[in-house]
Amino acid sequence: MPADFISNLYVFILAGFVGFELIKRVSPLLHTPLMSLTNALDAIVVVAAIIIAGRHQTHLTLVLGAVAVAASFSNMVGGFFITDRMLRMFKTGRPKK
Amino acid sequence: MTAIALQQYLDFAYIAAVVLFILSLKWLSSPARARWGVLAGEIGAAIAVTATLFNPELVQYKWIVISLIIGAGVGIPLGMVKMTAVPQRTALSHAFGAASAAMIGIAEYYVGTSHLTRFEMGEIGLEVIIGSLTFTGSLIAAGKLQEVLPQRPIVYRGQNIVSLSILGTALALAVALVINPGHTALFPFMVAVALIFGVMLVTPIGGADMPTVISLLNSYAGFSAALLGFVLNSKVLVVAGALDGSSGFVLSVIMCKAMNRSFTNVLFGAFGQVQTSATKREEAKPVRSATPEEAASILTAANKVVVVPGYGMAVAQAQHKVRELYDALTKLGIDVRFAIHPVAGRMPGHMNVLLAEADVPYDHLVEMDEINGDFAQTDVALIIGANDVTNPAARTDTGSPIYGMPILDVDKARTVMVIKRGMSPGFAGIDNPLYYLDKTLMLFGDAKSFVSNIVREVGGGHG
Repeated sequence: MPADFISNLYVFILAGFVGFELIKRVSPLLHTPLMSLTNALDAIVVVAAIIIAGRHQTHLTLVLGAVAVAASFSNMVGGFFITDRMLRMFKTGRPKK
Repeated sequence: MTAIALQQYLDFAYIAAVVLFILSLKWLSSPARARWGVLAGEIGAAIAVTATLFNPELVQYKWIVISLIIGAGVGIPLGMVKMTAVPQRTALSHAFGAASAAMIGIAEYYVGTSHLTRFEMGEIGLEVIIGSLTFTGSLIAAGKLQEVLPQRPIVYRGQNIVSLSILGTALALAVALVINPGHTALFPFMVAVALIFGVMLVTPIGGADMPTVISLLNSYAGFSAALLGFVLNSKVLVVAGALDGSSGFVLSVIMCKAMNRSFTNVLFGAFGQVQTSATKREEAKPVRSATPEEAASILTAANKVVVVPGYGMAVAQAQHKVRELYDALTKLGIDVRFAIHPVAGRMPGHMNVLLAEADVPYDHLVEMDEINGDFAQTDVALIIGANDVTNPAARTDTGSPIYGMPILDVDKARTVMVIKRGMSPGFAGIDNPLYYLDKTLMLFGDAKSFVSNIVREVGGGHG
């Protein structure tokens, strides 16, 4: 088994636990923005897509990479945008009278 | 700068991004600080993307720039959709995320065919299978939510065997590729079979199970990105994928618990079979109905009102009228709160964003466990477009298909009012004994116009 795999597995397990502990604390009130935010963070695969597209090894990888850049970057832009829009809407009771 | 030194700077940039991502989720835990979380995530993503553009492996930028522009052009409108369309937007973004992860895995396969080890081939195979099935599965989910596809579950005899053998075929092809990664002809077949499996996975699942399905697909999309991190040996992908995957997983568990069902039950046990048996025993039992005027006078005489919103409120676009009712009653000194069941709506937290959009303050949106004890002191429980989550049969009738599901105890309120189009049963096709109680008043009509009629009466009666 490659050494890289083991170190990645450590990172994966630790990050999974961190995620689990953090997500548990998010109020159900914010579960929809939570999902759009993690979606935007997950769109970090764009960095891998950029490398695939920019290395330009074959036409096939260029096309796959370019489409992947567009798809994941749209998630990144749209995900952060809509999360912020949703969070702006959550207001506490305005003191009336 | 040497290539090695540059690589180290890139790694530091990725570490900074990972730290900001974790802070982003941490800050999301409270509504007051949540927007800082978005900012942290944005800065982290910007650092990572900018750093990547300096990667010495990049030889040409034209297509990167064009694709980034297209991505932004697609992403911005998708970030501006109405709150009622958020579930389908979310499903679509799971599809995009999974598709990019799958496509990068496919590209890695074709780039490395000649020198892939069996281990690397196994990673790529698994990653591409999960990414592909999540892509088509999420597209089907988005289609169902957008109502371009039928919302009811589509089921047939032997479905589970057919679906599982398709998944088995995809895995067998992956194993064949692991044995000999050079079998390039098999690879497209494996992708195609995985894409078909995604369709088969989601078509039998319908309406009320959507919150669980969306959460599960979220989890798959995250884990496919994490697996891609293993393939590319990229820790930033492993971390982001693990965070997204565990988030989707936690949400799926919460959704399943809120329906008293297991993962396997949601995936393989269709709600569809239930409805045929349940609709048969439809008897004409007497119900009491009321007009908007009567409803308004009962509401204005109350001290404590709890509104129970459901998917029907979203369908009728009634949330703004509901806010007007909230304002009118609050002005009369009546305590109005909203009881939110975890699976109300079509995705986790759906009702909260709808009501927040309509300017209902979030401290009046109360979770099930917190509000259930208060129903006994509640004068009026007003149910708008919710059904199964209020069904007392879940507590009492061991024969009911939803027996054991946690519900909002609205039947403990002094008066129950239900706004509903007619007496047809809810999504699961289960009769709701709540409607036949003496304390229950049925308010027949469209949620939006009925609520606005009540608002007019409440406002008119008190100047």
